Amino acid sequence: MTDLVGIVIVSHSIDIAKGINDMVRQIAGSELKVAFCGGTADGRLGTNMKSVQDAIDAAWSPAGVVILVDLGSAEINSELAIDMLPAERRGSVVVCNAPIVEGAVVAATEAKSGSPLADVKRAAEELSPQ
Amino acid sequence: MRIDPARLIDAIADCMIENMQELTELDAAIGDADHGLNMRKGGEALRADMAAFKAASLPQALQLAGNILATTVGGAAGPLYGSLLMTMGKSIGPDPDLGEVGKALVAGVEAMERLGKVEAGQKTMLDVWKPVSRLVAREGATVQSVRALAHEAAVATIPMEARRGRASYLGERSRGHMDPGARSSELLILAVIDALEFEQ
Repeated sequence: MTDLVGIVIVSHSIDIAKGINDMVRQIAGSELKVAFCGGTADGRLGTNMKSVQDAIDAAWSPAGVVILVDLGSAEINSELAIDMLPAERRGSVVVCNAPIVEGAVVAATEAKSGSPLADVKRAAEELSPQ
Repeated sequence: MRIDPARLIDAIADCMIENMQELTELDAAIGDADHGLNMRKGGEALRADMAAFKAASLPQALQLAGNILATTVGGAAGPLYGSLLMTMGKSIGPDPDLGEVGKALVAGVEAMERLGKVEAGQKTMLDVWKPVSRLVAREGATVQSVRALAHEAAVATIPMEARRGRASYLGERSRGHMDPGARSSELLILAVIDALEFEQ
């Protein structure tokens, strides 16, 4: 069986992240790994590197992982979490420049069909305004 | 120059905690009003680990502090200050001279610049760190000149239009306010200088 690309959702709000996760789960089936995180360790709005690292671990797949983010620090903490990965995993995790809700759903649809990492990222990013 | 890692981190923590009100007000004007609270949370997290800093070498202390900030601050300042400190920690020896501090600072600021995908002139903390790191790395920089430049560089963000971060959504309307990240950068630089001077 082919390994499917994993999906990570990173929002400033845990409620938004969880809501998107629910929507993705509807289409993801049981074989696709999806993880989400949001908010600070003490429950405020924001993001933190550790929770992104944990989400990457939870969604890890040999096919790679795409990360969907909302604003500023979600992207920066995700990039830093990628920098901190062991060298052999670092190249297999990418942040998508895509709207977080639509991007996550499109990425999950693409990933579920067995597309490689670059195709999953491209499908999500085609949603971004040019 | 002697740098006591615990005293250095303590000065950074104090600075992050004490300036909450001012940073919150600056961020309320052009952002989401959380920079002060985020910084205070980071400062408190550093303080909570003071026992570890007392036992750490300078490179260890900087890397630990960077990791703590990236994990606890919440806003973009967390990973940006975090990567600055972590990269400095990886680039510096346990007992550096000023030249080595300058080199490590330049490396840290480059890491921050790359991570934030930010350029000078976009009304961010980089507008303070970039010129200050260049000055520190230059031979013969004085404490007074670094202090003065940190202040001038923060003030220089007032007329800029924000191009990165939450303030960039305001476009032209971001002009006329000091960037909160630039101000916290200035305050941190002054606090670190005070901590180092104490050691001389």
